[in-house]
Order: sequence, then structure tokens, then C-alpha cells
Amino acid sequence: MSVTYLEAIRAAQEKALADDPRVFIYGQDVGAFGGAFKATKNLAAEFPGRVMDAPLSEDAIVGLAVGAAIEGARPIVEMQFADFSTVGFNQIVNQAATLYYRTDIPCPIVVRLPSGGTLGAGPFHSQSMEAIYSHYPGLVVMTPATVEDAYSMMLEAVSIDDPVIFCEHKLLYYHLKADKLPDVAQPAGKARIARAGRDATVVTYSAMLHESLQAAEDLVEEGWQIEVIDLRTVKPLDTDTILASVARTGRLLVVGEAWPWGGVTAEVISRVATEGFGLLDAAPMRLNAKDTPVPYHPDLWAAHRPTATTVGARLRQLLTQ
Amino acid sequence: MVTAVKEKTAARNDLDPALLVRAYRVMLLARATEDKLASLYRAGMIKGGVFLGKGQEALSTASSIFLKKGDIYGPLIRDQAGRLAFGDTVLDTLRTYLGSAQGPMRGRDGNIHRGRPREGYYAMISHLGALVPVVAGGLYARRLRGETGVVGVTSIGDGGTSTGAFHEGINMAAVEHLPLVVVVANNQYAYSTPNNRQFVCADLLDKAAGYGIAGFKCDGTDPTACLETLRLAVQAAREGHGPQLVVASLLRLVGHGEHDDAGYVDPDLRKANVGRDCLEVGARQLIEADLATDGEIATWTKEAQAEVEAALNKAQREKGPDPTSEDWQAISTERLVDGHYDAEEE
Ligand SMILES: Cc1ncc(C[n+]2csc(CCOP(=O)(O)OP(=O)(O)O)c2C)c(N)n1
Ligand SMILES: [Mg+2]
Repeated sequence: MSVTYLEAIRAAQEKALADDPRVFIYGQDVGAFGGAFKATKNLAAEFPGRVMDAPLSEDAIVGLAVGAAIEGARPIVEMQFADFSTVGFNQIVNQAATLYYRTDIPCPIVVRLPSGGTLGAGPFHSQSMEAIYSHYPGLVVMTPATVEDAYSMMLEAVSIDDPVIFCEHKLLYYHLKADKLPDVAQPAGKARIARAGRDATVVTYSAMLHESLQAAEDLVEEGWQIEVIDLRTVKPLDTDTILASVARTGRLLVVGEAWPWGGVTAEVISRVATEGFGLLDAAPMRLNAKDTPVPYHPDLWAAHRPTATTVGARLRQLLTQ
Repeated sequence: MVTAVKEKTAARNDLDPALLVRAYRVMLLARATEDKLASLYRAGMIKGGVFLGKGQEALSTASSIFLKKGDIYGPLIRDQAGRLAFGDTVLDTLRTYLGSAQGPMRGRDGNIHRGRPREGYYAMISHLGALVPVVAGGLYARRLRGETGVVGVTSIGDGGTSTGAFHEGINMAAVEHLPLVVVVANNQYAYSTPNNRQFVCADLLDKAAGYGIAGFKCDGTDPTACLETLRLAVQAAREGHGPQLVVASLLRLVGHGEHDDAGYVDPDLRKANVGRDCLEVGARQLIEADLATDGEIATWTKEAQAEVEAALNKAQREKGPDPTSEDWQAISTERLVDGHYDAEEE
């Protein structure tokens, strides 16, 4: 028996619905159809009236969630693709994210964003939007990279009293598997050392964890031991774990699938440069997607995003600096 | 299924005379509050803008006066009167404008961006239209909890009807058959933009048919007509007939904000029916119906002004928020606060 990343997200939603009558799911095609990716498969039948198809209205979907949260509900809303959350952007960043600060009423909503590039998905079904949401105060931004985290962080996202942007990577949906769902959860907000090493630190998250782990493995033959940190949540950002790792390795590469201007990789480097400058033996480096829309053609797409090959190449540069 | 309610409807006799008086006194109190806000603004005592609803008190009062405890009200810019009718106070109004830490927004937000969501009184964000789906969501959650007979009312201007959120929100509320009443105050302008640059449908009420919801129309300068129309709309929503769209025509008798002289308003409109002052119309209606005398109205006006003075005295003595004791925390879960920036400052 094994469980995929997608099944973990489905199972977590199922458990959340079963455990707490305040939880409901609202989104396009999430009802009887079970969602575009089947993340809510069978849930409408299992929980009648609590897993509902929404009209094609992202603004209204998120707005409804905020209103419901004010009244004590704990909605999970699915954006069919992260890219379409731009249409609900105003409700996310101005309504949900400001509610607690302005009114002292928490806003326990989860906005699920099927994120990131997949083969042939093109400019509008591939985006990674964690940076833009992290920029706004009032949101927690989760970017699980493992089946275990997909499950336990979804449960935590539903249980905490604040709006959570849950960036689930579509590339991991079907391929990433674990033996079973986790019994114990590592809390959100803490990064994890996914691979221990001593020569350089790679800080990354979501699907890029797996490219980075592969690159670290590839460099073993060349005698390098690379430490890989999985951020797990990008907001809050676990700066302490990053700094402690850089203190051990002296070298830092930050890898993200999102675009290069600003963003998570820039934020990590900024924090290490301001708080841990003396720990660095070489200038820190970063690797992101190219600064263009995400291209459709598989060959262009493969060259647009960081991969184990390009992460490895950047690491060799960093190690010989 | 558009139910056009005739102006000055014959059904006005259905209204409880005590309600007419109560509504009028709310209108007076709102006017007195806003007159005071305008003078405080001119005296430089309010930081930021002042946006008033002068001329819209009748419609605004009618919007919320039929709501009960447990209902939801999402007012907008011109709703000082509706806020007071729903239970907001002159004191909390002044506290929010003057930045008292004891106001509901604690200095974190100001002026019209106030509410007490736990009491069903939602606090608007500036983005017009955005409140429509939120009030719908509140109603959705109530229904999920098994509560029946709850109504939600929210307001919008003629300009706000052009937003995506208005469209998405009403359509979704219609799909969900929610007890939502959306009150459109067509005051002919969105800031300086006239109706003919905002929409080309013959009447905003036409939109109701497009959404498959009930629609009502009334003269926004006529308090009795507004009350009668809103009574029917709220009742229909409460009885389970789904969303209700109310469109009223009127004119705001002030600038968009107190900084604005509204020089763009067509002078003919000011002289037309929409340009009437609903407080004058209301006074005449009460006197004609033998519900008040000139003397009583003068007394009520003085009482309203005295209430505003008393609230001002109190609000002015209250302290503003103390930046050094702020927690500067935008989420409620302490352990998930990104504390990095504070570390930098220390
Ligand atoms: C989404 C959005 N765009 C622009 C504004 C700036 N704005 C504030 S009030 C206003 C005019 C609103 O007109 P209307 O909806 O007719 O309401 P009224 O002011 O006439 O009551 C504008 C453009 C805003 N608050 N929200
Ligand atoms: Mg207007």
C-alpha cells in the first residue's frame, strides 16, 4: 500500500471534514466530479452539502470563504489552478489577510493553489505564486514538498485560525509516493534538513526539493556533501535553521521554481546576507525560473525551470568559488 | 420576476407609525453626526478623508432598520444612517474618525472602514463590490449551521455595480439562493463619473432579471417609499425567496468626500426630484400624517445634536493607540508570525 501526494491532500480534507463540522469545501467542480485533479474525490457523497461546486467566480469564492469564516466556519476553497487565484487576489490579500489585524477576528480559511509547472501546461496553468502571497502581511504560505507534509500541513492549515495559502505542487500529485500517511506531524513554520551535508547548503521548497536532492546525490561522486533544506512553509520563513546550516557549510544556494525578481530566493539571501554575512565563505547564489511566462513546449519548459542538472551546475560554481 | 414597487406606494399604510418616527430620528442623528464630522474635517481635526452620505439617509436607514439581532449588515461609504439603525453608535463613529484606541478599529483602520463583525456588522474594505460575496458567505455559513430566517443586507453605489465582485457575488448568491438584499444607491455619479459612463442598460434594475432574482425600485429621496420597499425586500429574503436587488435613485448632497466641491454635478439634477433632501421630505411626511409637529422635529434635532456633542466630548478625551505597545502582528497564531524583521530592529 502506498499513498500519493494528491491522495494525502484528499485524505487530509476528508479527515478535516470528519473531525470538524465547521469545515466545508467550496470550489469549481469539487462536488460530485471530485475536482479537476480529483483532490476531493467522493467527498461530496461522503459529506452531503459540505463539498459544493462553485460558479466560475474566484473573487466570490474567496469572498464567501471570508464571510463564512467571520461566522465561525472553517472553509477550504480550491482554486482550480493557482494561476486563477489572481481573479480572487483582492479577496485574499485585502479581505482575508487584513481581517484579523483590523477587526481582531481571525480568518481561518484555506485557499488551495494547485501550483507549479507540468509538461505542456503553458503560461496560465503553471504558475508558482507563493512569493506574491508571502509579500502580504496576514497570510501563512505553505509549500509542502513531501507526501507526509502534504497531509499533515493540510490538517494544520485547516486547524489554525489564520488564512493559509496552500501551494500544492501539481508535478508531485501522482508521482510522489509514501508508504503510508504520517502518524506524527512536524509543525508548520519549521524547516527540515532533508539531507545533511557539510560543503554547501541548498535552501529550497516544493517540487524543487526533489531536483535539489537529485543534484546533491549527483555531486557525491565528485566528493561533495551537500546539505539540502526544505523550507516547508515560506511564510513564516525559518531563518534560524537556514543560518545554522550556513554556519556549518559556509556556502549557500537558494533554489525556487518561481520567477527571479524578488521572491522567496531573494528573501532567503537577503536574510542570510544581513544576519549571517560573516558565516559565508563565498557570495550566496540563487537559481530560479527564467524571467518569462512559463513556456508551453516541453523543451522550452525544461530549460525554463531549474532542474537537477542546472542546480548541480550552479552548485559546482558555488563550491569552486 | 422583477417586482417594481411604485413610488410613494399605497402600501405605506402598512408601516407602523412608530417605525416611521424611529427611522426619521435615525436620519436626524446621522445628519447631525455627519454635520459634525464635516466641521471637524474643516477644522483639521480628522486625519484622512471624510466621506458623507448626506441626502442618502432615508435609503440607508431603510436598508438596515428591518434587520434583527443575528442578521448581517455590510454597509458602505454613504451608510452612516444605516449603521446607526443597525446599532452602531455616534461614539464609535467619532472614535473611529478621531483614532481612539477604544473604537472598534483601535486606530488600525479609520472612518467608514469600521464594524463589529462578531455582531453581524461587517467592516468594509475600500475595494468596492468586495463586500457582496463576503456577506453572501456569512449567510452561507449560517445556513450550513442550520440557522433559518437570517437576512443579510449590503449596499453598493451605481459605480460599484460595474465591478466584477458585484457581479460574481450576486450571481453566486443567486445560485446559492441566499437571503441577501443588495441595495443600490444610484446617486447618479461615481465620484465624478456620471451614469452614462458607467452603464448603458435602461435601468440598473434590469440587472435583477439577468441574475434571475427579484428586483425593487424606489425613490431614494422619499423615506416612506424607501421603508416600504426595504420592508418588502427584507421580508422576501427572510421568507426564503433568495437574493433581492433594490435600486433607489437619489443624489448625494455633498461632495464625494469633504475635499470635493462636486462641481461636476449637473445643476438640473439638483433641482429635479432626485435632488430633494430626504430629511425635508421625511419631516413633511410626518407632519402630514400627524406623527410629528414642527416643534417636535425641532426638539428631536436638538436632541440629536446634543447626543453628538456628548459623544464628541468623550471620544476627544480618549487616547489613540500607542505604537510602542502594539504587537504588530497580522495573524493570530503567535508561533507562525514571521518574526525576522523585529529581530533586525532590536
Ligand atoms: C475597486 C475600487 N476602485 C476604485 C475605488 C475608488 N473609489 C472610491 S469611491 C468611488 C466612487 C464610487 O461610486 P459609487 O459606487 O457610485 O458610490 P458613491 O460614492 O456614489 O456612493 C471610487 C471610484 C474603490 N474604492 N474601489
Ligand atoms: Mg454613485
